[in-house]
This record gives sequence, C-alpha cells and structure tokens, in this order.
Amino acid sequence: MKVGAFREPERLMRREVAVVPKVTAGRAERCGYEDEANGTVTVGETCRRPNMATEGLLSDGAHQLKTFAVNGKHALNVVNGKANGVVHSKKNGHVTAHCNGTTTGVPQSEPKKKPHSKESFEEVPLVTAVTTYMGFYLLVVLGYLNQFLFAPPVAKERNRKGYVPLYNRFEQFYSRYVYRRIRDCWNRPICSVPGAEVVLKDRITHDYGWTFQYTGLEKKCLNLGSYNYLGFAEATGQCAEDSIQSIKKYACALGSTSHELGTSPIHLELEETTARFLGVEAAITFGMGFATNALNLPCLLSPGCLVISDEKNHASLILGLRLSGATTRVFKHNNMKNLEKVLRTAVVQGQPKTGAPWKKIFIVAEGVYSMEGSLVHLPEVIALKKKYKAYLFLDEAHSVGAMGPRGRGVLDYYGVNPHDVDVLMGTFTKSFGSAGGYIAGSKELVDFLRVNSHAACYASTMAPPIAQQIITSMRIIMGEDGTNEGQKRVMQLARNTRYFRRRLHQMGVIIYGHEDSPVVPLLVYMFSKIGAVVRTLAKKNIAAVGVGFPATPLMEGRIRFCLSAAHTKEQLDNVLDVLEDIAETLGLKYSQLPRYKGVIQYEDENK
Amino acid sequence: MGSYWLPTSINGFLGDIKDASLLHFVLEGFLVAWLIWFIFRKSYKSHHRHSLSKEEEDKIISEWTPEPLVKSTPQDHPALKPHVVTGKAGHYIDVDGKPCLNLATHNYLSFVDKPQVEECAIQSIRKYGVGSCGPRGFYGTVDVHLELEEKLAKFMGMEEACVYAYGFSTVASAIPAYAKRNDIIFVDEQVNFAIQKGLDASRSRICYFKHNDVEDLEKLMLEFEAEAGKNPRKAKVTRRFLVIEGIYMNTGKICPLPALLELAHRFKCRTILDENVSFGTLGETGRGVTEFYNINRADVDLIVGSMEWALGSIGGFCVGSSFIVEHQRLSGLGYCFSASLPPLLTSAAMASLEEIEKNPELITVLHKQCQLVHDALANLSEFGYSMSGDIQSPVKHLYLTNPPQDAEKHRSLLHSISQYCIKNGVAIIPASYLDHMEARPRTPSLRITVNVDLTPAEVEAASKVLQQASSEFSLS
Ligand SMILES: Cc1ncc(COP(=O)(O)O)c(C=O)c1O
Repeated sequence: MKVGAFREPERLMRREVAVVPKVTAGRAERCGYEDEANGTVTVGETCRRPNMATEGLLSDGAHQLKTFAVNGKHALNVVNGKANGVVHSKKNGHVTAHCNGTTTGVPQSEPKKKPHSKESFEEVPLVTAVTTYMGFYLLVVLGYLNQFLFAPPVAKERNRKGYVPLYNRFEQFYSRYVYRRIRDCWNRPICSVPGAEVVLKDRITHDYGWTFQYTGLEKKCLNLGSYNYLGFAEATGQCAEDSIQSIKKYACALGSTSHELGTSPIHLELEETTARFLGVEAAITFGMGFATNALNLPCLLSPGCLVISDEKNHASLILGLRLSGATTRVFKHNNMKNLEKVLRTAVVQGQPKTGAPWKKIFIVAEGVYSMEGSLVHLPEVIALKKKYKAYLFLDEAHSVGAMGPRGRGVLDYYGVNPHDVDVLMGTFTKSFGSAGGYIAGSKELVDFLRVNSHAACYASTMAPPIAQQIITSMRIIMGEDGTNEGQKRVMQLARNTRYFRRRLHQMGVIIYGHEDSPVVPLLVYMFSKIGAVVRTLAKKNIAAVGVGFPATPLMEGRIRFCLSAAHTKEQLDNVLDVLEDIAETLGLKYSQLPRYKGVIQYEDENK
Repeated sequence: MGSYWLPTSINGFLGDIKDASLLHFVLEGFLVAWLIWFIFRKSYKSHHRHSLSKEEEDKIISEWTPEPLVKSTPQDHPALKPHVVTGKAGHYIDVDGKPCLNLATHNYLSFVDKPQVEECAIQSIRKYGVGSCGPRGFYGTVDVHLELEEKLAKFMGMEEACVYAYGFSTVASAIPAYAKRNDIIFVDEQVNFAIQKGLDASRSRICYFKHNDVEDLEKLMLEFEAEAGKNPRKAKVTRRFLVIEGIYMNTGKICPLPALLELAHRFKCRTILDENVSFGTLGETGRGVTEFYNINRADVDLIVGSMEWALGSIGGFCVGSSFIVEHQRLSGLGYCFSASLPPLLTSAAMASLEEIEKNPELITVLHKQCQLVHDALANLSEFGYSMSGDIQSPVKHLYLTNPPQDAEKHRSLLHSISQYCIKNGVAIIPASYLDHMEARPRTPSLRITVNVDLTPAEVEAASKVLQQASSEFSLS
C-alpha cells in the first residue's frame, strides 16, 4: 500500500498552496508506472465491465452481484474490504513520491506534461467496509422478508398468462426492495433552468417510495447536481437570445438526416466552429452524445479489431463497442502499467485462436470520468499508443470546456497536441449547456464518418436552436464575442474546483479524483447513507446527486458534486458548512490522512 | 446476461443460478467462487507467454503494421457535399438556395414551421434555457417532460409513457431493455436501421420473416415451437418477441397488425410496435396503426413512437402499461445514460400533440393528400417508375422499373434524378442506406413524403417533373 506520499504533511501543504496548476515536467515515462499497485488481478479477470453497463442500471447490478460468485478475486476483495489494496483501479494514478512537482529541464519541443500526482483515491477503512457489506445484506434480507410477507403494490402484467416472465427476478427484487428505499433521491423533477440554483418540484411519498405525489410546492436549491460546468445553462443572455433567433429562422427541427435534407448552414457553422475550438482539421456533429458513441464506434471498428477500454468507461462507449463486433479488453481504471501490459500482450499474441495480427488496436478512454472525478493520464496514454501503434479514442464529454486554461478540454490541460489523439469525441450537453455530440480529428476521419456514420445516415440532425446555443457559448469561451467573459468562466470553474476540493480534504471526508476535476465524488460508502445525505442536503436547499450500487461498486456509495462557474464562493461556503455538519452527524469523516490546519484561500481572480 | 467471455457451459450455469434465491446464491456462490479462483489463479499464471523473449516480442511489435484509422473516402461521395437547407424545412424548402416543393423531409403535418409550436419553444427557452444539463435521474427531469409523458399516455390511452432524447435511440434502447441474450425475436425483414441496432444490442436470436408475410412468420414460429419442444427447460426461460413497424419507413407499407397480433398471442410473443411513421398519421385521429385497425392497444406490449417526424421536434417515446414502461426508466440505456430531451423540444412536441388533439381533421386532410400523391405516383408506371406504399401512408417509395444492373450506377442515377427534380423546384431525394450495414439488401429508391398542405396543382407539377426526369434519363 503506497499511500505514503499522501501522508506527507509537507505534500499536503503544497497541495493547498499550489494555485495555478504547475507545469511540471517529471520524467513522464516513469510517472504512471512506478506506482503500480500489486498487479495480481490479471487482464482476463477484469473483462467484465463492458457487459454490465450495457445491460442497464439494474441488470448491471444483478450481474455484478452474481459476478461475485464466479469471480473469486472479487469475492476476495469483498472480504478484505480492499484493505489489501487489490482494487488497483483505486490505487494507481496515485500520489507517488517521485512525482513531487520538481521541474526538471526538458527539451522545448516535448509536450508539457504534468505528473498525475494530483489524484486521490483513499481506501476505505476496514470497519467501514465490513459494516457497508453487512448493511447492504441486511437490506437485502429485510427486502426478502418484506416481499415474502406483503404483496408489493405494483403494476402486474395483464393477459400474459403462460408467457415467459419478462423480467429477471433478482432485478425486480432489487428495484422494489432495495432501490426503492432511496428512490426519492433520484428523478427529482425541476421546474427552472438548471443554473447555479435550481427549483425543485416538491414531492412526497406516503408509502415508502412506491409512489410519489406532488405537493404543488416548489423549492429553490443550490445546484450541485447538473452538468453545468461553465454556467451556460441560462434562460437569459446571449445564448438564449441567439437560440430564440435561430428558431425564428430555422424552426425547431428539420425532420431529416444529414445524408438527406437535414443540413442547414447552422450545422456547417457548428462543425466549423467546433473544429476551430478544438484546434483540429474537421468535426462532425450529431443530435445526441450517447448516440455519437453508440453509432460511430461501430463504423470505425470491425471484427478483427481490438479495443482496449478503461474499466470505468461510459455506457455509450461500451454499447458502441459491443455493436462494433470488435474484441474488447479492459484495463484497470487509469492504470498505465496495466494498459501497457494489455497492449503488449495483444500485439504480441495477436488474435485469439488464429494468432493473426490485429487489424487495428484502439484505446478508448474518457477525459474526465464522471463517477470517479479522475482525469485520463493523457501524456502517458499517448506515449503508449505511439509505442504500440494503437489509435486513441478520447471521450471528452465531461472535460471539454471544463478543463484546461483555455477550456479546450484535457488536451489543453496537459498541453498536448490535438493531432496526437486520433479520434476526439465529446458532448455538448455539459459545458455548453446544450445537447448533442461531436467527433473531431483529421479531415480524412471526418469525411469517412460523414459517409459511413450510422447517425449521419439514419438519425435526425441536430435541432437548430440546440446548435445555436453551442455556437454562441463556444464563441464566448474562445473570446470571439469580444469580451473575456468566457475566460472568466473557465477561471472561475477552476478556482471553485480547487477551493471546494481542498476544503473537503480539510474536512476529513474522502473524495475521489483529480484536484482540478470539477466532478467531486464524496464517498459515503453505505447504501443508506446515500439516502440520508441527499435528503439532508435537500432539506438544507442543496441539490446533489447520490450514486450507489449498481452504478458504482457495491462498496462505494457516493455523493457527487458537479461544480460550476456559476457558483460563487459564498454559495460554496454555504454548501461546505452544511457538509461539515452532515459529515459530523452522519459520520462521513473517513479519511485517515493528516489534514491541513491553515485557512484555505479562495484564489484571487487575477491569478 | 452479459457474460460473453465465459464458455457456454458456464453461461448455462449462470442461467440456472439466476433464478435461485439470493441467500442460497450468496452462500453457494462464495464457495464456488473460492474454488474457481483457486483453480484458475494457478493455471492462469503458468500457461501464458514466457515462451517469447523480450527481444522477440519487441520484434513482433516493431513489425506489426495496423490498418489505417479509416479507409480513404472517395471525394465525390454525395454525403461529403450535402444539400444545404437554408431556412425552414416546411411545405416549401430552400435547397442550396433553390425554393422547392418539399416532398423529402418528414413534416407530414406541417408542424415544423407552425407559429404556435415555435412560440412554445421560445417560451420554453425563456423559462428553462436550452439544455437540460443532466440525465433524467440527476435533475434532468424537467416538469415539461412529465407533462409530455402524461399527455402522450393519455393520447394513446395507455398507462404510461417515457420520453427519450433522440428518435434513433428510442427503439434501439427499448428492445435491449427487455430482450436479452438467449431470447428470441421475430422481426420483419424490412425494419428500419434503429430497430436493427436494438436487435444487435440485445444479442438475442433474431428470426427475420418476409416483409408483411404472416404465413412466413407462422412458419418460423412453428419451427421454433418444434425446436422448443425438444428442450422445454430452455424454452421455459426463452422470452419471445415480435418486432414490427406500423408503417415501414423502408417500404411505406402498413403492417397487417391483426393477423400478426393473433400469431403473437398464439405463440406467446410480446409485441414491440415501432410507430415512428404511423404515429400522428394513421387512424382517424392519428393514434397510429392500432386505431387504423381498431385494435385494443393493450394487446400490444410496447408502442414506440418518434417525435421527429409528425410532431416536428426531436426525440422519441415509448407508451404501454406501467408494468412495461417503468422498466425502461432503469434499463433503457439511452434513457438512463444520456441527458434528457432539451425542454424547448419537449415543449414543441407538446404543442404539436395538442394541435393534433384539437384538430383531428388535420389527419383526415393528410389522408386525402396521401391518396392524391398515391394516385399521382401510381400513374407514373408508364414512365419507368414503380411505387411502393399503402394509400394511407405518408411515406412512399419510387423504384426504377428498369434500373441499371450495376448498384453503383443505380444509385448515382437516382441521385441525378433527385438533382434534376431539385433544379426544377421539387425536393425529392433518394432514401439513404448504408448498404453493407443493413440486415437485408434494400432496393434503392426515391423516398417521397406527403405533407398536409399539398395542393392538387402542386402534386400535379411534381408528377410532371418526375415525368420529365424520366425522359431526361430515358427511364422508360
Ligand atoms: C463519457 C460520456 N459520454 C457520453 C455521454 C452521453 O452524452 P449525452 O448526455 O449528450 O447523450 C455521457 C453523458 O453522461 C458521458 O458521461
């Protein structure tokens, strides 16, 4: 267990005072590898994620539970409560002693690299692990009792006697008796723009979560739940005005695909602007981010291709990979050592059975992982991809706009040349406050997709007002509107992120992810605590998202905060005060690391 | 359920334990797990590699040359120079600056440029902004989504509806939410591409039956029944589905729903009906193919509709009983893992739906236009065109009676005809397919769509242009 560096108070101090992300050039080729946790989980054993995400939330869970039965390693983890550090995904990318931020001279031409010493994945204390498991199984047992004793007040299938049951029994049980207990924490309807504040529609349940009634009341909450990183979710202002104009000019939709008559000048403008924004030759856009992955990966890949996919990849990527017919192998989350091992084995051994060389090898990763808050180790991934002649597909759904000094995503953050990533994918749902997705890269790639993409041929093109919102917000970020509003937002988000994360560290709660990532998962571990925290926060007028099994590992229930440039320091202070309270009363201060004692400063605007 | 890395025998084993009680399962599971772990841990380490030295490996690596990222694309492909539509794609449409009568985009009821619809969308932006910034579970459920779902369910007279953010992803997510590996799905061979992707994602066994051919379906079902009789244990857990479209986008034909449902009932198949074209167009009041045949909607398990064609917005929806639809809220991939439909598009769809409810005579007018276009196209047979599509369908296909043998030439000829029509003020385009991706070959065609605002004179003029094109390209 090498959490040593984290334990260094001196290091902690430096974390607190480092204001602007320091451009350090550690010896890149060493950074991700040195800290490898013990590599006992073999590649084959980690290959189960892809199936789960594509089965939907529930079957995912059912599956995962079953996996324990077939997968000894997993079962072992459970018993050890991870105290043995077998869960490498949490360990790698860890603070390492050598990545201490010292700058050594590097040739000018080399891309600037930051050691990923800024990520934290502290492990859960053993006692918590055990109680979490006990708690969960208690819920399950109680659920079974409940199911045995009382008929569930749910809709039944009518007139389908003799048909094979439609649903898996465990899935049904789980959603009725476990998920239902905290069902009120999700799907809460809103009735306003999801900006820095959001108005929730109040609802109550009289039957323990089976049904909900709306009270007709509304409640304004501070919004840490929406993916509104740059605060472009606005009902007034330039973006909204431009979108309204575009409805007047182009209407709400075109009712056609881009191969047919679905292209209007606004789409061309959007694609041109996106390419310029990302600094690449060309871009192609689609009406939905999810479909961008699910419908484009299959035309880039075919049977005989190999995909090496991060285990925490999003469901849309996994679906796309499944549809492509390519072979998928999984590498441990952000673990470069493991990635290299999988890559090397793949190239050396070729295709299974025949041993024929692979046609192509793709590495598929995300920029910022939405449940982990972690950041891809891009420079290392690029080095590996070059070494083994693989292609890199990078999904920047959560990072484009939100990362980097100019808001251009993780490439900007690491100072990487955009041409080093073969396929840049991203969505407009998050930082741009709109909808849809893009794929960008060389003109050759984009031309190929224009002709072969499933979405270009069969799916409707993006609605004009949606496209306009993206164009306007992108222009603002690039400063093409003649103001520094965009730059200010990017800076504000970065300041908010660092301030919020540092304060949480200081509080003694465990948070995951990279210190510059605006996605902040706060670990509460226990299933019931997810509900308790979300509800208490809501009572204090704070909207946050709880995530639990099956969307996360059983052990790792968490509350996720998404920061936004729209938040002010005062608002964050308010949240932090409430969290301090909750952490105390609900016992969330799991961290065993030393805490920084001084006052954490909110960075100056001019920095 | 997803366990493709396991040999089939273990898969069967998984299937068995699926139905065991959890406690039972946990106890036994742990034992088995330890065992397997012990056995495999040892063998895994020993049996791989080490046969190659590092140098040999490096040599393999340096010698391996992957295929290029993508194949190069012919620069004259029409998709690289798409038509640009300036302005609204209404009854008339500006294609590359040329005003044309619109027989190409799916705007059956002319809601795309209806002022009420636009106004609703604009008001929605003023209240909610543009994007919803989150999936349905995470504060992405806006009150307008709930309202639209309620309206859709009420409109269709069913218990519940759920709205998706994209038409394509609706049916493509709905199918794999129910059908899993080991299940069987009977599908019409002419189903649209989104359905095919849903089938792929489900990994079920797929049986295609001939287009709208009830007898062929019966034959396949009987075959399956016989097979199932041999392995009743397996048959007991094999769910059966029938997936059909109301009006087929690929042929313009209406499905013979009553006969299909009878078969489905007889063989205990659940039915998923994709009404992406027929919703809002078929039946006296636009409630789709079930209304057209006057069928009790509860006989269909799930109806999937699109809001991108008749409703003039973006997105899709599923309606059915709560028992069925509710499941998608946790299992529909495109529903759970994607941001919700932007509120403005939700409001626009709602405004259109209200229009249909308020003015059902709109549908009657549409049917008249469908008839008008149908007759005009049917009369083109002497000019070398043959038509496919039922009278009431707003989508029709025009095939060439004597097409060039070469597929490439065939396609480019259709493209030229389309260009000719556009030049002469009628927007008609070839239906676009990715031939190598489709489950069955699709005959290249010009896809004609019907709009409620068409006049007899316009239809006449369009027919004239097609006739001229015929002589221009010597089709007959
Ligand atoms: C990594 C990743 N890719 C794709 C998507 C899908 O994007 P959209 O919500 O625009 O469909 C998401 C959204 O949650 C995501 O996190």
